Amino acid sequence: MDFRFTEEQEAFRRGFLSWLEETLSEIRGTDTPRTFESMEEWEQAARDFQRRLFKAGYASRHYPKEYGGQGRTMEEELIVSETISATCPEFKRPLGVTFGLVAPTILTCGTEEQKREYLPNIIDGTHIWCQGFSEPNAGSDVVNVATRAERKGDYYSVNGQKVWTSFAHMADYCVLVVRTNPDVPKHKGLSYLLVDMKTPGVEVRPIVQITGDREFNEMFFEDVKVPVNMLVGEEGQGWVIAITTLMFERAMGDATIGRMQFKAVERMFEMARRIKRAGRPAIKDPRTRQQLGQAYIETMALRCHGYRHLSHMLEGGLPGPEGSIGKLLWSETGQRSNELAMQLQGPFSQLMKDSPWAVDEGRWQYAFLRSKGFTIEAGTSEIQRNIIGERVLGLPKDAARVKRA
Amino acid sequence: MKIKLSEDQIEISRQARRFFEKECPMNYVREMFEGQRGFKDEVWAKMVEMGWTAILLPEAYGGLEMGLVDLCVLFEEMGRSVIPGPLFSTVLLGSETVKALGNEAQKEKYLPSMAAGELRGTLALSEPDSGPDPDYVQMEARGDENGFLLNGTKLFVPDAHTADFLIVAARTTPGEDPAHGISLFVLDTGASGLSVSLLGTMDGTRKLCAVDFRDVVVTREDMLGDRDQGWKFLDKVLQRACVALCAENVGGAQKCMEMATQYAKERVQFDQPIGAFQAVKHRCAQMFLEVESSRSMLYWAAWAQDQGDPLEAALSASAAKAFCSETYKSVACAAVQVLAGTGFTWEHDLHFYLKRAKANEVALGDPAYHREEIVRMIEGEREPGPLWGTKQG
Repeated sequence: MDFRFTEEQEAFRRGFLSWLEETLSEIRGTDTPRTFESMEEWEQAARDFQRRLFKAGYASRHYPKEYGGQGRTMEEELIVSETISATCPEFKRPLGVTFGLVAPTILTCGTEEQKREYLPNIIDGTHIWCQGFSEPNAGSDVVNVATRAERKGDYYSVNGQKVWTSFAHMADYCVLVVRTNPDVPKHKGLSYLLVDMKTPGVEVRPIVQITGDREFNEMFFEDVKVPVNMLVGEEGQGWVIAITTLMFERAMGDATIGRMQFKAVERMFEMARRIKRAGRPAIKDPRTRQQLGQAYIETMALRCHGYRHLSHMLEGGLPGPEGSIGKLLWSETGQRSNELAMQLQGPFSQLMKDSPWAVDEGRWQYAFLRSKGFTIEAGTSEIQRNIIGERVLGLPKDAARVKRA
Repeated sequence: MKIKLSEDQIEISRQARRFFEKECPMNYVREMFEGQRGFKDEVWAKMVEMGWTAILLPEAYGGLEMGLVDLCVLFEEMGRSVIPGPLFSTVLLGSETVKALGNEAQKEKYLPSMAAGELRGTLALSEPDSGPDPDYVQMEARGDENGFLLNGTKLFVPDAHTADFLIVAARTTPGEDPAHGISLFVLDTGASGLSVSLLGTMDGTRKLCAVDFRDVVVTREDMLGDRDQGWKFLDKVLQRACVALCAENVGGAQKCMEMATQYAKERVQFDQPIGAFQAVKHRCAQMFLEVESSRSMLYWAAWAQDQGDPLEAALSASAAKAFCSETYKSVACAAVQVLAGTGFTWEHDLHFYLKRAKANEVALGDPAYHREEIVRMIEGEREPGPLWGTKQG
């Protein structure tokens, strides 16, 4: 049993942190976290940050050198991503899907040609990717995907609509789950394609979300020609590829998110020292102390579990449906933390960033609203609990779903 | 980073499970629950033979000098089978306190006999006015260098009715600050003026007692550690005891989850197993979430006692105590709901788990106490206490 990193890994952490601090003083100064005036500015900053990481040798440390990585350990990659998520997550967010989902999918299931073509451009910050899974009638019921891809000689003709596609408006490429065979059971007729967003017939329309931002989009495909060498795996394997890769990177992601949420808890303690309740610092109020103590406890549970799950994977364990616990832990713990941040502010929690009375320039208000998406994106809490119930505990499916299968 | 049990630890767990299945099946638990004494001597002797009273003690005193992680592996299995008896009190409260505070003569007197299972001890801490705060000690030890007179009542003392000796925390200097003024004394349970009575508690698998002191005389030789400085070391003992309770909680909650899921697969209503309904399925999934995240917390806290720095050890002990206690309670309650009428009966075993969960929740500080402790440590309002464990000596 050991919860510590090795001395060598700690030295690596110190080295990275000093590089990061120097870089950040150059690219964001005292604006922490940096705020962006426009989506374009955010996109440029994200690409630039990734390029700097790559040049300094800190991008995708655990990927093989021939694909743009450093051929190093998962632990080093974890140290890099933890440090970023505790320090400057704003620069990495538009790249979350690219590195969390697309890159591992291509690395694990892609052809040699696909790996050499796409991974280096991802790792050095040239390309941003997005992920087209959900559709208007395929939300939680994701195997209901209706976007059709018909094989026509050396290309597929793609027609259909995707929705809730994060960062599609910044993306150069997208991964797409499509139906190649409508005549077999639903989950067996899906395939996994890589699509160049500049292909004629691809249209992206932004959706304004609860925060007022437009992070996600609708995507329309009309007779979009996708060369057959853009197919990942075999035709009909789309569903298996989608769920395997979802679980693969989750262990790393969960451990990283735990670090980020812990930073938020530290900031909440700091806020409670400044904010007043009946004239006294909130940190002196017994109710507030109970709430802060609980936030600390839950966030540490998330972190410990993240490390334990990651350690299991480092030891060569296979990612399993237990990974659903990590998703539930970070999303629900994160929501409760953000709820607490609002409660600490009392009536000030209503004030948005343009008010002179707003606490911390209204950042907690944004975070609170954004956290409402945690339990929806990447599989709702309800779906995660189905997965645990059925695939871990072995409970039967409900009658409606048995009938369809 | 390597967060998993070693082969040796997995073997401890296997052995313990085999032992409990054979020696402490549920009819034994039931009998002990309903009786007064709480264990049988022949079962105790076999536990001693397994080496369980010696795990945490140094080799010099006949111990096995193993770590808290090793002990937690055993205690997870104990929790899983709601094992009754004084192993927790004598190992985590009795011998650990002597080990932490005793002088050489005291260690020689108690520890080898405790490792051999011949002597059992416990700790008298809580008082009628303490509420859930273990550090609120007001009982007076009045006297001078030659001796002290103890007067007052201690409550919720585990297994005092079958212990050979007890350690009592009392104030040699009045005040409210636990860091100053608390001294510890070790005395025979047969001492003149001392009376022990069993409390009628909900959880019959761990007997709790009231101990009354009427002009009980103790001498300077009976003092453990320095005068007025007892809390600092006792704090550390309590951290370790809390972590052991966390292991029980995780094991107990795991068993509740298994009982509930099994029932949800077998019980048919509306023409399908009730586990197919999301209302039941999600309840079971939530149990799994709570049990597994609690196990991760337990490993952290146990590891930190053996290897971490003092602050991490103290923070993780409090965090795990609050978290794992609440998990056990919530999982046991949820299991009762899944088993419904069956879960509500005396005949089914589930209620023993629910009752142990309630007892463990309030033992050595309730979750609210530990949440407050965490904030006090983070805000620098309290010292985390010195570090000692098997690795650091």
